[in-house]
Amino acid sequence: MSATEDLAKLAVFPQAVLAWVGEDGYPVNVVVAAEVRVEEGIVRFAAPTGLAIPTGAGVAVTGSHIRLGPQGGFDERSHVTAWGAASAESHGRLAVRVTRTWAWDERDLPLPAAYERDVPKARRYFEALSAERGRRVRPRLSTGWLLFRATRAPFLSATFAPVLLGLAVAVRAGFFDPATALITVVAASVVHFGLNVANDVFDTMQGADDANTTPTKFSGGSRVLQNGLISMRGMSLLALGCYLLAGALGLALFAMRGSAALVVISAAGLFISLAYTMPPLKLVYRGLGEIATAIGFGPVMLLGAYAVQTRGSLSWEAFVASIPVALLVMLILYVNEIPDRTGDAKAGKRTLPVRWSQAAVIRGWDVAAAAAFVAVGGGVAVGLLPVPTLIVLLAVPLARRVHGGLVLFYDNPYALMASMGTNIQLHMAVGVLLVAGYLVAIAAQSALGIRPFLW
Amino acid sequence: MPLLPDPVARLVDAALVGELTVVAEDGRPITYPLVPVLDGDRIVMTSSALDSRKLGHIKSNPRVCLSVTDPATSAGRTKRATIQGDGRVIEDDLHSGWERLLPEIGRKDPSIPALLKARVGFPLIFERALIELTPRRTLYWADGRTDSAPVASTTQAAR
Repeated sequence: MSATEDLAKLAVFPQAVLAWVGEDGYPVNVVVAAEVRVEEGIVRFAAPTGLAIPTGAGVAVTGSHIRLGPQGGFDERSHVTAWGAASAESHGRLAVRVTRTWAWDERDLPLPAAYERDVPKARRYFEALSAERGRRVRPRLSTGWLLFRATRAPFLSATFAPVLLGLAVAVRAGFFDPATALITVVAASVVHFGLNVANDVFDTMQGADDANTTPTKFSGGSRVLQNGLISMRGMSLLALGCYLLAGALGLALFAMRGSAALVVISAAGLFISLAYTMPPLKLVYRGLGEIATAIGFGPVMLLGAYAVQTRGSLSWEAFVASIPVALLVMLILYVNEIPDRTGDAKAGKRTLPVRWSQAAVIRGWDVAAAAAFVAVGGGVAVGLLPVPTLIVLLAVPLARRVHGGLVLFYDNPYALMASMGTNIQLHMAVGVLLVAGYLVAIAAQSALGIRPFLW
Repeated sequence: MPLLPDPVARLVDAALVGELTVVAEDGRPITYPLVPVLDGDRIVMTSSALDSRKLGHIKSNPRVCLSVTDPATSAGRTKRATIQGDGRVIEDDLHSGWERLLPEIGRKDPSIPALLKARVGFPLIFERALIELTPRRTLYWADGRTDSAPVASTTQAAR
């Protein structure tokens, strides 16, 4: 923002605080009625009575504003300071010819953006404090919250949807073992945590997360490394711990329900999870992240959960059921990459929103979202999916809302956040509705003792 | 004997926002809006790690001043005061050391303690150093009009 714009803001404050450094070296500040001449770059005011203001020396004129709510709370914080030398004018007035300004207005720079702008400053502060103390000083979160944030736990719905759907498809086919079902859910969740943490490690090593200056709560990674909440070593150990735990749970599943299909599916899942951001493959850097996510959080998870229950037999029904969740989880990543695209491009991360135009990205979203619903309808039409799964059509309005948000807020990361949230809800809703459709079909089958036509 | 004259202490006690001026290394005065809290004879404020530049300025030059000027943020009081003194930065426990001030800050604005819920999203806002101001001299305008001479007092700490 220019000095002229800053002065224009200063001109509208009802009062200003004049500050200067007195002869004894102590600063003094006192309220004045400032008259701001924006075009001339001058601030004039009556000299406060009884106080010696040095002429020719630097003074500061500051305006600040905060709007208080009637029940507490505040907003509309803004702050402008203009610096310059004071000179005496007639009638006891002083003039400051402004040479420098600084301003912040939370309406222009919302808190999340202001926060990210200042994170590097905070990191330098902690580094200086560590050097001063001779020991590492870090910002902190409680262990629980740190793990919650580092693993990006709220994204676990991306795992629950395919795994629970895979279990539901297996139940309808007459297979269900509660112990291995529970272990499958836990193992898949831990792999997902490992993937998220490893993704942060590799994205930070390759500069993508540091280059991202507009992260949101849905995009830009967990930011625990950027915030200095954990070391790179700690984060790497956390990723390793997740994979080791997932491996142990996987071995337990092999021991209980091992099959060649499960070996192949698990290997594919592990490969995608690691190759997603890890060199040398770095799938997400090559424009393959979206398809890798679709495969990993679609057929791999769903068929894996199904194969555990069926001891290795697979079915076209399970594959078709995985298509809508695969497409919609891919769209979570796809939309979340939109605000990241500038930082991603700097880091050489060639995601689809980096490669494609705005129109192409939105068209791509429309086609994939429509395909998710068509897959369910088609699956029902050919008799692979039970009729009650058509309940997923209830989620169509969510898809329309996401489309509208993309059109309106494509270039505004913070305004786009609501659509990013709705996009996640869309995946969850379709997952929940598909499982619900299966439960209805299973209940009908159980009540009638037979598998009804198309059910 | 208290360091702050009673009317000045009451004004600081009522103020949600005060203006702290520090002196930068290049001699420039810089003013920051902060929440002042009376802590015995002293005034304590907090600064987040995100906005830590003022802490460096105070460590380099502890001479600071704080004013209460805005009736809108001092419970409608039209009185005004400026307190000059020595600032001390306390960084022993950035994570929770400042939380002892929460009851007092919450008394001024009940919404502020609830902001702690945002800690997981914006953790660096809640890593805060304390700035302790020991008053040396006060200027007080009982009618709030700074075009009249203030009542100046020197505190015991300055003597």
